[in-house]
Amino acid sequence: MQLNVNGTSHDVDVDDEMPLLWVLRDELNITGPKFGCGIAMCGACTVHINGQPARSCSIPVGQVSGLVTTIEGLGTPDAMHVVQAAWVEHQVAQCGYCQPGQIMSAAALLQMNPNPDDEAIDRAMSANLCRCGTYPRIRAAVKTAAQNIREKNA
Amino acid sequence: MSTLGKITRRAFVIGSAAIAGGVLFGVYKYKQPYPNPLEKGLAQGDTALTPYVLINATGVTIIVPRAEMGQGVKTTLAALVAEELDIDVQNVKVEHGVPSNAYFNAAVLEEGVPFPPQDDSAMANMARNFMHVPAKFFGVQVTGGSSSTVDAFEKMRMAGATAREALLLAASAKLNLPKNTLRTDNGEVITKDGQRISYTELASLAASIELPDDVKLKPRSQWKQIGRPVPRVDMVEKCTGTATFGIDVLQNEMLYATVKVNPNLGAKCNSYKANNAVNMKGVKAILPLGDIGVAVVATNTWYAFKASEKIEFDWAKTDYAQTTDALFASAIAAFTDEHQDSQMRSDGDVEAILGQAGDATIHREYRAPLLAHATMEPMNATALMKNGELDVWVGTQMATYALSEASRVSGIAKENIRIHTTYLGGGFGRRLEMDFIIYAVMVAKQLEGTPVKVTWTREEDMTHDSYRPFAVARFEGVTDGDSVSALDVKISSPSVMESQMSRLGVSIPGPDSTIVQALWDQAYIIENYRVTGYRVPMGIPVSSWRSVGASQNGFFNESMIDELAIKANADPIEMRLGLVTHQPTRNVLQTAAKMANWGREIPPKHGLGVALVTSFGVPVAEIIEVVNTPRGIKILNVYVVADVGIAIDPLNIEAQLISAVNFGLAAAMMGEITLLNGKVQQTNFHSYDAIRMHQSPVIHTKILENGERIRGIGEPGTPPAAPALANAIFAATGMRIREMPFNKHIQFV
Ligand code: FES
Ligand code: FES
Repeated sequence: MQLNVNGTSHDVDVDDEMPLLWVLRDELNITGPKFGCGIAMCGACTVHINGQPARSCSIPVGQVSGLVTTIEGLGTPDAMHVVQAAWVEHQVAQCGYCQPGQIMSAAALLQMNPNPDDEAIDRAMSANLCRCGTYPRIRAAVKTAAQNIREKNA
Repeated sequence: MSTLGKITRRAFVIGSAAIAGGVLFGVYKYKQPYPNPLEKGLAQGDTALTPYVLINATGVTIIVPRAEMGQGVKTTLAALVAEELDIDVQNVKVEHGVPSNAYFNAAVLEEGVPFPPQDDSAMANMARNFMHVPAKFFGVQVTGGSSSTVDAFEKMRMAGATAREALLLAASAKLNLPKNTLRTDNGEVITKDGQRISYTELASLAASIELPDDVKLKPRSQWKQIGRPVPRVDMVEKCTGTATFGIDVLQNEMLYATVKVNPNLGAKCNSYKANNAVNMKGVKAILPLGDIGVAVVATNTWYAFKASEKIEFDWAKTDYAQTTDALFASAIAAFTDEHQDSQMRSDGDVEAILGQAGDATIHREYRAPLLAHATMEPMNATALMKNGELDVWVGTQMATYALSEASRVSGIAKENIRIHTTYLGGGFGRRLEMDFIIYAVMVAKQLEGTPVKVTWTREEDMTHDSYRPFAVARFEGVTDGDSVSALDVKISSPSVMESQMSRLGVSIPGPDSTIVQALWDQAYIIENYRVTGYRVPMGIPVSSWRSVGASQNGFFNESMIDELAIKANADPIEMRLGLVTHQPTRNVLQTAAKMANWGREIPPKHGLGVALVTSFGVPVAEIIEVVNTPRGIKILNVYVVADVGIAIDPLNIEAQLISAVNFGLAAAMMGEITLLNGKVQQTNFHSYDAIRMHQSPVIHTKILENGERIRGIGEPGTPPAAPALANAIFAATGMRIREMPFNKHIQFV
């Protein structure tokens, strides 16, 4: 089957039931999305499908239709997405393992709502677990990114 | 080095060594107690150099021989070298080690040992000594901080200063100018008239320089990087998905595997039937894992996961407690003379005062359950055995042990093994264990020539941990006026040290002071004060869990102190201050009180709770504000003050405090591992969750530097979180919770 990830089309030959996460990680060597739980409880595997946040560990690849974006496709070290830049500015990451998922959830939130209040942030981000407990800085970074997006759009 | 013989008062001497195209600066160990294989190829009389700085034509590399698991050690330790070397840490490469050079890498591994190098047979002795200073032991292992920060604080600065000195001397020789007319700045030597030569240009010349032995460190007033926020060198990688964790390691022609091990921890796999799994799509092999389980090897991790579910097992049982009730019964049963492990405090005459007080004595019992580490990245390792050599890629907190274990399991000599340490997706003590490394090597050994990445499912990870021990604490206290006249503390728990060391093949006589950690060693001065530890016989594997014994004992002790204050009708902070004379400890408590505006009018349904715990030498005060809403308790604010002696990087310390508080709160609110039929019942984050964004409070931090010396900060923020929360809940609701997790008794928003 065909899978478009970060703008590149890939031919993949796997079981339809294989979760998108494992196609990305083990077939395409795209390791930014992380495995944390496999049951849509931690958010480490969050990617975008047609711009919507999705837990790639729980979506069979056979059901994916549309463009997949991973953390690698959001921005690169030399050209970071506004959300990634805010994350660096606030020095959010500790072990860093959950952060690709956190950033993808935040980017999707800000795409829909460039001015989220604390409650909107809580709602959008509570599916993403961080065992290092970086939440206060995540919240601050989301707000900075939101402001930067609004300023750019103004 | 010519200086080597002169220095006898120090355990190390700074040196340099020429290597192809560059120069290494670092620490020579001397008086090695065993023949050091690294010495091959070194000149007579020299011992191996543990390198911290590598300068060659391509630039400056700083080697940080500690695992980066989130605590920022890669940046803070590199900044120590960079400070003295006069180069911005952002302009250097920071590496854990250089795997391509065996000599070099092995030297780095040596440095990864949590104690001075010793031969294996001396291990027990050494560990025995450490039993009495577990804070030191665990500080080094778990955080790379505590005592190792003290050690590194000097060593790494010296390496930087020595390298700088050599570069200055090299420039002096090259330009034929007196050294005192030269200065350094951001990677260059600068002459009086402004001529600049980069360090890289001077590297090969510097390698031949005879080093002086009187290199001086910068005074604090000249620090430009230490004491200031330094952007983490791993931050951009970690925010762009380009950081390599163990689970991300890629090798050509790699296969993917998972393991299924007996959930009766430590017991054997009697037999298994894999007929239904072996022909499943993608499956390459189903291999025995010693006698405790199997590995399923496939072309994709998910195929391996799927097939592993189809294998039928006959698991042997264990002979330890099979249920949670039985665990706690074993703790209660251990409150006997026969099981007494230590009595590390016995001041005054507790018996007499308790006897006099009679019915006025306050008796309390508290409990804490088993906890899983639940690092965000499940256990994994990748291994390749080929042509009599072995490569292991793994995020480990104990690289040296990984090397020994890899050698033992594979039968390959250590010098033919390379351990490549990746980023750790969380450690918290879990990655001190060797199981995930051993399993990967077992698989690689059966599939010679093929690299295999072995990834555990979350279910396997959660049910095959070595857990934070369960514990029961019993207190008897007597108040006198608004103070405490007697406190008798009894604590019963399995021994982390015994369990952990047994897995490394070492048995240790003598008491385990982690059982009474944060009970016997607190700043409180009470006239009649006794702390007795009781050891529950070994059963389910237990291990270090962020802050070790303090993680449960802090809760017990600080809840009891709060209960005594309430009984005495005393202000909880005033009463504590009345029991503490150690000035830095008083300061953290007073500062927290000020930050929280303690004593202010509290809105209805709100409550403030305080706790003060010293662990790993760091006094930490936390004040928590909660509100009791119709949907449950909401944690609004946490005020946390810690004294670290010297703050290398305040922004990173703040991050560590925030992390430690949330870690402690998660355990207090909802952390619980239970046993049924000998097996752990929680399998994934649906049944073993942690604090999430909507529950995470605002955390106000303040770092003080009045302590006697520099301290690590990865753990000490955790222990006060649970008691401060329990005390705040009591203040808001009148409900006293004496058992973790609190959600057994009260709901959280
Ligand atoms: S791995 Fe997908 S949500 Fe946890
Ligand atoms: S940064 Fe470690 S789990 Fe979030």
